[in-house]
Amino acid sequence: MILLVDLCYEKDSLSQCEFVHPIFDTLKRSGFSGEIRHFSELKRREWERYDRIILCGTALKDNYFAERIDLFSWMIECRKPILGICAGMQVISAVFAGQIVPQPAIGLETISIIRESALLGEPREIDGYHLHNFGVTLPEGFLLLAGKPGKVKAFCHPTRPIYGIVFHPEVRNRGIIERFAGLPS
Amino acid sequence: MKLGILFSGGKDSVYACRRAMEKNEVACLITLISENLDSYMFHTPNIRHSKLQAEALGIPQLVWHTSGEKEAELADLEAAIFAAKNRFGLQGIVTGAIESVYQAARVQRICRAQDLWCFNPLWQINQVDYLRQLVSEGFRTIISGVFAYPFDESWLGAELTEERIRILEGLQKKYKINPSGEGGELETFVLDGPIFKKRLNVLSSSKTYANFRGFFTIDKLQLEDK
Repeated sequence: MILLVDLCYEKDSLSQCEFVHPIFDTLKRSGFSGEIRHFSELKRREWERYDRIILCGTALKDNYFAERIDLFSWMIECRKPILGICAGMQVISAVFAGQIVPQPAIGLETISIIRESALLGEPREIDGYHLHNFGVTLPEGFLLLAGKPGKVKAFCHPTRPIYGIVFHPEVRNRGIIERFAGLPS
Repeated sequence: MKLGILFSGGKDSVYACRRAMEKNEVACLITLISENLDSYMFHTPNIRHSKLQAEALGIPQLVWHTSGEKEAELADLEAAIFAAKNRFGLQGIVTGAIESVYQAARVQRICRAQDLWCFNPLWQINQVDYLRQLVSEGFRTIISGVFAYPFDESWLGAELTEERIRILEGLQKKYKINPSGEGGELETFVLDGPIFKKRLNVLSSSKTYANFRGFFTIDKLQLEDK
C-alpha cells in the first residue's frame, strides 16, 4: 500500500483532483494500491503502515504546507521509500535542512538528468511539466540527480531511498511514478 | 473561496463547474467569444448560446469578445479575468483543461499575474472514464462540431451516450484521438445536467459538413422547467 500525502491547503480541496488523483489513478492502473491522507492528519508513526510514500504537489498559490514543516518531522526516522513531487520536494528539502527559495516556473521545460538513479534512470534530457513559485537548495549530503546546483530539478538522499523532483511526473512522465512504486522497499 | 469558471458551454467547462460547486462558491462564468473559428484557446460553435446555459445554471456570466488571434486572445483572456475578478470579487479561476499543457500553462500564468488561484479539476483525468461519469451523472451533451478523421456527419447533433463512448474508445485505440475531443477533434454543448436549474431544448438547428469537418449549429434554443 502506497501512502499519497495530500499537501494542499485543506483536506478534500478542489486542488486534490489536480495534484493527488492523477497520481492515485496512475498507480491504480499499474496495479498498485494507494491511500490518500491529508498532511495535517498524519500521526507520528503512521508511515509504518505503508510500503512507500509519495508527497504530492500543490497549486501555484498554495504554500500553506511550508508553514507547517513541523508536521513532517516523521520523515527523519521513516525508513520507507519517499518521493516528493514539487511541493513534496520542498518539504523534503526543508526537513533535511535545505531551503525553499523563490524560483517560479510554469509549463514544459527540458530537464537534464546528470546522474544515474533507480528513479530517473541514466543521464539524458527529458521534458517535464513545471508548476511552482519556489524551488529548493540541495540539502547537505544529498545527491543532485537533475538540473544544476542553483536550479535543482531532482535530488536523492545519499543512503536512503528518498527522492525529490521539482516537475510533475503525472504529466507526460507517468513512468517515473510507476518506477518509484516498483523500487525495492 | 469565490471562483470564476472559464466557460464555453462544452462538457469540460460544465463538469469543471460541477466539481467547483461541490467544494467552493461559483460566483460567475467567464465566456470569451472568439471571431476566429479555429481559435487556439476558445471553443467556438454555438458559444453565443452559453448565455442561455448560464441562465439555466442560475450563475451570472461575464461575456468578453476577442478577435481570436493567437497572442491577442491571451491578452483578451487576461482582460476578461481581470474584469471578472473586480466585478465578482473572485479569488480563483477554474478551467476544464484535461491534457493540454498549452492551455493550462497560459491560464496558470495569467492567474499568477492576477494573484488568483487556478484550479483544473479535470486535469489528467482518464478521458473514457470521465465521459462515462458525465453520462451516468445525468449530463446531456450533444456533439456540436467535428474536426478530424474519421468523424462522419452522423456525429453532428448526436447525444453523448454509452454507445458513442464505446466508439470513441475504439477510435482512441485505433487513431490515438482524444476521446474527450480536447485535441480539437470534437466540440460539445451541454443541454442539461444535475447542476442545471432548467434544461435546454433545441428547437431548430442546421448542419454543415465536408471532409471530416462540420458544425451542428443551434438556431433556436429554449429554456424549459425541470
